[in-house]
Amino acid sequence: MTPQREKRGAELIARYPDPRSALIPFLQFCQQEDGSVTDQAVADAAELVRLTPAEVESIASFYSLLFRHPVGKHVIQVCRTLACMLRGSDELQAHIKKRLGVGHLETTADGMFTYEEVECLAACDKAPCLQHNLEYVYDVTPATFDALLERWRAQSSTASPLPAE
Amino acid sequence: MATFEPVLTKGFGTLDLTDLAVYRKTGGFDALTKAMRDMTPEAIVNEVSASNLRGRGGAGFPTGKKWSFLPKDGRPRYLVCNSDEAEPGTFKDRMLLENSPFNLIEGLIISAYAINAKQIFIYIRGEFLHGYRTFRKALAESYDAGFVGQNILGSGYSVDIVAHRGAGAYICGEETAQLNSIEGKRGEPRLKPPFPANAGLYGMPTVVNNVETLMYVPHIITRGAPWFAAIGTEKSPGPKVISVSGHVVRPGNYEIPLGITVRELIFDWAGGLNPGRSIKAVQPGGGSSAAIFEEDLDCGVDFESLAAKKTMLGSGAVVVMDDTACMVRSAVTLNRFYEHESCGQCTPCREGGQWVHRMVARLEAGEGSDQDLRILSTINRTITGTNLCALGDSIMPFLQSVMTRFPEEFKAHVTQSACPLRVRKESAA
Repeated sequence: MTPQREKRGAELIARYPDPRSALIPFLQFCQQEDGSVTDQAVADAAELVRLTPAEVESIASFYSLLFRHPVGKHVIQVCRTLACMLRGSDELQAHIKKRLGVGHLETTADGMFTYEEVECLAACDKAPCLQHNLEYVYDVTPATFDALLERWRAQSSTASPLPAE
Repeated sequence: MATFEPVLTKGFGTLDLTDLAVYRKTGGFDALTKAMRDMTPEAIVNEVSASNLRGRGGAGFPTGKKWSFLPKDGRPRYLVCNSDEAEPGTFKDRMLLENSPFNLIEGLIISAYAINAKQIFIYIRGEFLHGYRTFRKALAESYDAGFVGQNILGSGYSVDIVAHRGAGAYICGEETAQLNSIEGKRGEPRLKPPFPANAGLYGMPTVVNNVETLMYVPHIITRGAPWFAAIGTEKSPGPKVISVSGHVVRPGNYEIPLGITVRELIFDWAGGLNPGRSIKAVQPGGGSSAAIFEEDLDCGVDFESLAAKKTMLGSGAVVVMDDTACMVRSAVTLNRFYEHESCGQCTPCREGGQWVHRMVARLEAGEGSDQDLRILSTINRTITGTNLCALGDSIMPFLQSVMTRFPEEFKAHVTQSACPLRVRKESAA
């Protein structure tokens, strides 16, 4: 384990009465560093909280915001549940998939964009909505999406698409 | 409508309540001072019990009663704040967290003091990164100001708050799944009993309360139980934040006195429908609730009135569908949701959820059969009430209610091999 991870692991463990509670926050930290939960992160987490890697896998796979495969620089998560559907989410999803040329949970060949259809994001008053790197974008139309896409493409930011904190 | 003054949402849109100085100017932390200096924990529990504050997370359980269930056996106790809001149509806790974190912190400390909690955990939905950051910043400032931490306001009572981020799972809003998730496990609900009051977080006595519930506590302490009990109805007292979405002109969160009618909520508060449209169906209590219809609009927005209509207030999420909405398509989105979010522990929920979604999706695609309709109308008895938690019970209510009310629309998807609404729209165009 890298010294940085060891330090973070110790800090997280100190927050809780039981060290195991640090597991998910630790995986979030590793994901922020690596862009996904890598095999190394699973091994490090298992060592940190004294579980087997298989147990860590089982837990990591339960949660939709922990990715076991690399994601793009931009993670676009479009809400597909009822309130967004009533205000045009189906059409928005079709538009985005066509624009990016990828389907649900796929990443563009240039490694820039990961697309996912997700469940209710709790922004139903500004439907249809999406999250871009966990930040909300409200009242999205195909036209506003196209404008955003150009802006994201031009961004040179190296920030993690899946921040832990 | 004109005489009611909002409580939690007062100042939203005009004041920056994420600024501690601004929050203090509105009387913020006065309740904490009163509680810690002048009140015993028992007096706080009694005041909250007398207000008859009922849980705002969905179940509507009386908060004071929940607090009084904790065994007095000397074991450490925990307070968990459920901020894992994910019920389809609900967006009130996110707004409260992002706009008024100090009100929540004040409620957390008073409530923890009332139940003598050793530590507080707030479980914030993983998608609410902004809310998590807002809360963390407010928490650091609250520590600096002496409202959280050691010997709070000289009372001798000390408690810490740990902000714990979720990682994506609707089921973690179920209280025992949430406890497992905090413990670093899969978010699978536990068999009850034992209830969290006896064996909760780390096996210790635990109270799990919703964000909105805890935020009303300081206001009850400052203004008294009779003030709170005088708002709303006798059995559903107080104000409540209702999320209104779907086909209304002004979707949004509205803090209402419980007991106004669904019609008032939709037409007076949320701006009504678009011109020329009529109401087809309304989900009054989130994705898990059975729909009500045009003939039910004079029903009260409160726990009892909606239960009498065989549905529920739930978390207070009202989703409005006008006459352009296809009921089969609407059901598909919700049944897909429950399929996706089932934790998989219980067979009826895991398998039933998948089968129901597949059958409804087949109908929507114009590939359904009469047999699908027959199975869908009887499958309820093998799914509902046969699982560890309420998720399985949420698969059928909406579908059943709209199939009963609009049987011809479901049938037409089979006989026309397509959505009749779409066919009509296309032939008109």
